[in-house]
Amino acid sequence: MKFTLAWLKSHLDTAATLEQITEKLTAIGLEVEGVTDRAALYAPFVVAEVKKAEQHPNADKLRVCEVFTGKETFQVVCGAPNARAGMKGVFAPVGSTIPGTQMLLKAATIRGVASNGMLCSEREMGLTDEHTGIIDLPQDAPTGAPFASVMGLDDPVIEIKLTPNRGDCLGVRGIARDLAAAGLGTLKPLDTSAVAGAFKSPIGVHCVFPPEEARACAIFVGRHVKGVKNGPSPLWLQQRLKAIGLRPISALVDITNFITYDLGRPLHVFDADKVKGDIVARFAKPGEKLLALDGREYALDGTMTVIADAAGPESIAGIMGGEHSGCTPETTNVFIECAWFDPVRTAATGRKLGIHSDARHRFERTVDPGFVRSGMEVATRMVLALCGGSPSEVVVAGEEPDWKKTVALRPSRLKGLVGFDLPVERQVEILQSLGFAVERTGATLSVRPPSWRPDIDGEADLVEEIARLHGFDAIPAEPLPQLRAVPLPAVSLAQRRVRLARRALAARGLVEAVTYSFIRRTDAALFGGGQPELILVNPISADMDAMRPSILPGLIAAAKRNMDRGNADVALFEVGPQYAAPNADGQMTAASGIRRGQSGPRHWRDRPRPVDAYDAKADALAALAALGLPVEQLMVMDGAPDWYHPGRSGTLRLGPKTVLANFGELHPRILQAMDVKGPLVAFEIFLDRAPQPRAAKGGGRTKPALKLSEFQAVERDFAFIVDAALPAETLLKAVRGADKVLIARVGVFDVFAGQGIPEGKKSLALTVRLEPQQQTLTDAEIDSVAQKIVAAAGRACGAVLRG
Amino acid sequence: MTEITTLAADAERAIAAAESLDALEEARIGILGKKGWLSAALKELGGLSPDERKARAQHLNEVKERLTAEIETRRSVLADAAIAARLKAETLDMTLPLNESAEAQGRIHPVSQVIDEITEIFAAMGFTIAEGPDIEDDFHNFTALNIPPEHPARQMQDTFYLPPRQSDGEQMVLRTHTSPVQVRTMESGPPPYRIVVPGRTYRSDYDMTHTPMFHQIEGLVIDRATHMGHLKGTLVEFCKAFFETDNVKMRFRPSYFPFTEPSAEVDINCSREGGVLRVGEGNDWLEILGCGMVNPRVLQYCGIDPNEWQGFAWGMGIDRIAMLKYGIPDLRGFFDADLRWLKHYGFVPLDLPTLGQGVAR
Repeated sequence: MKFTLAWLKSHLDTAATLEQITEKLTAIGLEVEGVTDRAALYAPFVVAEVKKAEQHPNADKLRVCEVFTGKETFQVVCGAPNARAGMKGVFAPVGSTIPGTQMLLKAATIRGVASNGMLCSEREMGLTDEHTGIIDLPQDAPTGAPFASVMGLDDPVIEIKLTPNRGDCLGVRGIARDLAAAGLGTLKPLDTSAVAGAFKSPIGVHCVFPPEEARACAIFVGRHVKGVKNGPSPLWLQQRLKAIGLRPISALVDITNFITYDLGRPLHVFDADKVKGDIVARFAKPGEKLLALDGREYALDGTMTVIADAAGPESIAGIMGGEHSGCTPETTNVFIECAWFDPVRTAATGRKLGIHSDARHRFERTVDPGFVRSGMEVATRMVLALCGGSPSEVVVAGEEPDWKKTVALRPSRLKGLVGFDLPVERQVEILQSLGFAVERTGATLSVRPPSWRPDIDGEADLVEEIARLHGFDAIPAEPLPQLRAVPLPAVSLAQRRVRLARRALAARGLVEAVTYSFIRRTDAALFGGGQPELILVNPISADMDAMRPSILPGLIAAAKRNMDRGNADVALFEVGPQYAAPNADGQMTAASGIRRGQSGPRHWRDRPRPVDAYDAKADALAALAALGLPVEQLMVMDGAPDWYHPGRSGTLRLGPKTVLANFGELHPRILQAMDVKGPLVAFEIFLDRAPQPRAAKGGGRTKPALKLSEFQAVERDFAFIVDAALPAETLLKAVRGADKVLIARVGVFDVFAGQGIPEGKKSLALTVRLEPQQQTLTDAEIDSVAQKIVAAAGRACGAVLRG
Repeated sequence: MTEITTLAADAERAIAAAESLDALEEARIGILGKKGWLSAALKELGGLSPDERKARAQHLNEVKERLTAEIETRRSVLADAAIAARLKAETLDMTLPLNESAEAQGRIHPVSQVIDEITEIFAAMGFTIAEGPDIEDDFHNFTALNIPPEHPARQMQDTFYLPPRQSDGEQMVLRTHTSPVQVRTMESGPPPYRIVVPGRTYRSDYDMTHTPMFHQIEGLVIDRATHMGHLKGTLVEFCKAFFETDNVKMRFRPSYFPFTEPSAEVDINCSREGGVLRVGEGNDWLEILGCGMVNPRVLQYCGIDPNEWQGFAWGMGIDRIAMLKYGIPDLRGFFDADLRWLKHYGFVPLDLPTLGQGVAR
């Protein structure tokens, strides 16, 4: 919402400075977004008299002028056809910046004649697009006077950002009222007395709605004015409109725009001679169309309110008038409309038609329902004053919508809600200054909000009014009472695990990314997603239309971007949501990552190697270990989803059914579809599936007692020949089971196939650590365990010791 | 006697002349070895008269002690020289560059780090962390927050919608703020509440300063007596701890949100000296969050009696305060997963924010 200081002062009697006013506006919730002081912009430019204008000796279309600024005389070469001796224009001195072109003006020689300065056009002054000649000021403009003051451009423009509840401040008067209530002056009276009608309006008005929809157009006030003269509006009015960025059109149109901004009261003026029969507010009929004032044709439907005559719709209620019955310079008889339209319906209609207008902006925020008749009187007075004519009596259909309500206020709630107190008298005074009627009934105040404050809903709103006009600076800063000396942990187990997984993965050298929750639909489909119920109706772009079924596609796309930027080695992870269904249960938290390229850069000491599926397995295990899960009990099984390489992937399970993680190399088909050069390895850890830790025996944090053997541990190595396809885990499990007391650890230190190993076989070399608990092992005992190990391996998977 | 003296003098010369441990050992054997002349002389003592023996034994022992000491001295000199010679042959070029370990490349995203920082600070004030789903229903995202159906925020230009559900036609939305978690918290059990809610939020907006996904953190306190002064106090303490300055000044400006009444926008002081923005210093103002007292209508929607319970709520952009604190210029970099960006603005995993050791690095 824009207005000028002088405009504000036409409603507010105040001695406050601009700075005081803008500070107060922000302090009471009418946030100042900017102040444009055009006087500063126009400071170098003055009114100048053209003393002489003679033909340029070397150019037909140029004139050499002698320009007097009241102090000095300058020679200026000017190309404008209207430059002539005796005229008054706007002089721009050398060194000034021309507002319309942003050019720094320099002394010049034009076709051999010196030119020191410039006479400016409206376009050059940044006022309009007019550039056919230089500005021709009235003869009484004082020579040497600042251009800005002569043109009324020295009036600062204030722009405020209004919250949607303050429709009352979409008129300058509403802003003035708030400032007056805040102690910054007095609201000037506004003459809303009835203008006597000279005749009965030949055009009648009717609101034709089903009774339950009467709010669509609750009240319609009309008046016929005959014998008006429509021409350009007076300078002061044009300047005000221009100052806030509106284009003056004609007196009648300018009046409606002015009252819209001045009083927040949109109006419409019909050319009465183009109206056929009476005027009716009704719902549009299917198939009806309207060519609106913006030059576009709109198709209307039965939810939209229109103002129609016998020929059909003439305007879209509260949104925009029609081209056909609009005023033109030839208009001599008018019909003024001042009505109240339902905010919700106006908003819906405006949205459907895609029309943003000053009228819609106000109607959808609720125009003052108590000011409909008054608005007509103000409008009539202004039409009579600027265009003359003779007014009819008003014609009215419908009635003022019921806006009256009573809200109870306990004055103690001020301190209770905002933390500072004011005497009851002061609270009452503030409310009354805003136009609220206040009655004291015992300890409670009975408050009736004025018609222009439909946003007041309850006690808390009244507290806000009092607090905001007194000033939020009075709110004390008090710390919350401490609930206990040392607070309890803020995070749940699940939240803690998200944090642990994140730091564990980063500690393994993976870089955390945050990627979008929505991805390209085709990418989602590759990962089991892309179902219609998870496709956004209104995505920001086609690349971001599907809720991601997995974090991986986003990371793979990121890997591609990094590769395109010259980073071939990528290690990224993300901990975040993925979506299987459009509801709360369909969302799960995953910690997923990818690796690509080499384990590190080429180096004289550390030989890099390509990353592989085992890196992904290690990442997954590290994160699961960080969550506090018994990693040694996890089962490594196949069954990873089909976006993994079927032979180079696996799942980590706790029990055969609970998949805690997938890992492995990504399927080449996926990489091809996403146009990424592989191989890439990946893992996905499903944090929500991790079980609660088993409480320690006896509860609490006690760890189990530590039994340390006093006897020497021994290690023995075994190389087994097994089938090439045998999972190592089968052999390891058999070996571990050979003596559950003595065998503490079994490791694999070599895997080999090839020379010396039969076709279809491989050698697995194990190291077994024996930890005696009772006494030091004798050679015989060690041999006995070794025999058990060999036997168990043979039984379980036909393993034989390598010769 | 003279013979011994001569031999001793020869031996001393030999010890001093030994240029290696081996040569020294050879000399030692010649003197003190089983067949050494001194050992032989000592053996001969037995054949002497007691008087003669005493005098000669004393002399021989003196010689033995002296020579033994000289051998040891020479041995240590030679040993030092031998080590010095070995070390001289063993040098490494310590200027050769090492590989930064692959593990050291890991980083935590600024959003995660800042959430951890915020969690620490609010934990100290007795808050717990609450979370909720990204895909929300209309009731939790709008209606229960007193955002009526005709409110502009519900319209297509701001909210991402999913298709109408077949069962009942309801259109789920991507939550436009973290506030639905307020509602879910209030539905889950009786007051009091003291929660903060970090999370992903979505609005259909994409330009220099907006991304269609961003992060918000929401706070909610409901009890019997909490008022706007506590809200101000809480936010001041938060900003002091988060921005690490005691010079925080805060300005509450009246504003409007459907879910709070009264409502305020909050500015924090900042300085822009030399083109560098410093938050919590100086006299300029910078808007950082919106807040207010929970609207009684919202409490009613959640089944809580507004005559008994009251409190405040606030919401703040996590990405934005991360940018302010760490001088990150562009929001879009947050979600681009450019390794160069992540390594520059990210945090090493051991930088775990704690109150005891400082929330920021």
